[in-house]
Amino acid sequence: MSGGRTESARPVTSSELLSVLAARELAGRRTVFAGIGLPTLATELARLTVAPGLEVVYESGVCGAHPSHLPETIADAVLITGAEAVVSMATLFGSVLQGGHIDVGFLGAAQIDRWGDLNTSVIGEWESPSVRLPGSGGAVEVMANAREVFVVMRRHTPRSFAPVLDFCTTPGPDRALADGIRPLGAGVTRVITELGVLARAGVGDELRLVAVHPGVSVDQVRAATGWELRIADRLATTAPPTPAELRLLRDDVDPNRVYLR
Amino acid sequence: MSMREAVAAFVHDGDTVSLEGFTHLIPTAAGHEIIRQGRRDLTVVRMTADIVVDQMLAAGCVTRLVSSFVGNSSAGSLGELRRRIEHADPEPLAFEEYSHYGMVCRYLAGAQRLPFHPLRSYAGSDLPSVNPGIRKVTSPYPAADGSAEEIYVVPPVHPDVTFVHAQRADRRGNTQIWGLTGVQAEAVYAAKKAVVVVEELVADEVIRADPNRTLVPAHAVDAVVVCPRGAHPSFAQGYYDRDNAFYRAWSAISKDPARLRGWLEEWVYGTADHAAYVAKLGEEFWAGLAVGEAPSGSVDYGRRL
Repeated sequence: MSGGRTESARPVTSSELLSVLAARELAGRRTVFAGIGLPTLATELARLTVAPGLEVVYESGVCGAHPSHLPETIADAVLITGAEAVVSMATLFGSVLQGGHIDVGFLGAAQIDRWGDLNTSVIGEWESPSVRLPGSGGAVEVMANAREVFVVMRRHTPRSFAPVLDFCTTPGPDRALADGIRPLGAGVTRVITELGVLARAGVGDELRLVAVHPGVSVDQVRAATGWELRIADRLATTAPPTPAELRLLRDDVDPNRVYLR
Repeated sequence: MSMREAVAAFVHDGDTVSLEGFTHLIPTAAGHEIIRQGRRDLTVVRMTADIVVDQMLAAGCVTRLVSSFVGNSSAGSLGELRRRIEHADPEPLAFEEYSHYGMVCRYLAGAQRLPFHPLRSYAGSDLPSVNPGIRKVTSPYPAADGSAEEIYVVPPVHPDVTFVHAQRADRRGNTQIWGLTGVQAEAVYAAKKAVVVVEELVADEVIRADPNRTLVPAHAVDAVVVCPRGAHPSFAQGYYDRDNAFYRAWSAISKDPARLRGWLEEWVYGTADHAAYVAKLGEEFWAGLAVGEAPSGSVDYGRRL
């Protein structure tokens, strides 16, 4: 490894920026349901900085993972050895998630709308899609049961930030209410993208732009969003990653740059 | 029983076959033997339809898929599955789409002989509109505030046969699993017949020294198949690691139909059984997936004096 000073002089990549911003949002949280990739970077960095006691729960059933190496999948053997608990799928989804034990869930999607509803099923018609995506996995359950949900989207385009989803796999609480069922959590509260940060307060609120990254204009974000994007009264500019955050991310969390593209 | 005998005895054309193992202990060898024996018109039930399902699709075994995640783990796409769904190429695939907990609840209802299982998911989702199995009912009990409460339910699943892979069992079928335990026990109990595929057969005393680790008791098991390394390219905690390189390679293999068929010819039809597949990979390959030791602390069950 080269020295920390050289490392922090390197330009900050999009993955590094997204991971650092997501990690900061985990301050004060106790339990987080995370997938692999950017959420792994964010949760591991948060444990080293703003949330040392954070319990990371994986969809494979691992609770309180203490991996010796950076996990490559949610089922990586390094997540099991040394974990605080490993539970069955029935316990994980039934008691841990639906039982209300998760503060924050991390989700990704091919499409998101202004209410934080997500599509991970198809592009095009469900019966004859132009692209068949992997589907829900546990996303429907995470959205329905975690207190709040963070979404990290590498690409911010009018197609991915869609006025109308091609298919709603994973509904937020507003759609649940419209279906006659009271929502349990707030749904999506934060969306972190390559251009900025969007936020919504909970039921009845739509996503609005609360921060832009340095060098990004509001018009640029508007043009990249498929609906008429609301802008927060006090729009912030993202505080760039600190040298300490970058050093931890590059030297300790992902030294082989598995996810730090 | 050998895998050849188990598949011959328990898998028939037109059957509903569950293969479970949540990213760990995936019963790949069972899927390969179903391909070798040329079963047709199967309904495959599997939460994470991944590489082994893509292979069974390519081999023409499957007409219906029941699943909650159809992707090559975090490593990319399933080429054959996407061709079937996106282009009906070479023929359409009936697909019943659920979420993960929807699938778990289907197994729970199946295992417990319940008419349905409720869950706090699906409200507002488009999934019920494409899957008539997902239905909404009014709870017979009032909610905390006295109002009538609606909730979604899913139907039971009763596979004709469930295959699971596990670390070890005794000759009667008492099966021990550690690490990720997934939905294997529920899938076994939901099935009409259950086949447990294990890394090793152990003495009764080994099982009985640690009964809490027995996730599947013998009364639920119809056959035990000993098949070391039968979960490859997935892993068996404490026995061998996941073959991440193969997962990454699969997206490219399956993207090209000719290459995929070539792969099946060489690795499935071209091997007499899983032992031949293991031997073909070679000792050097397996050394690369070897894992070090990390034994559990032991507990004291005590005994009456």
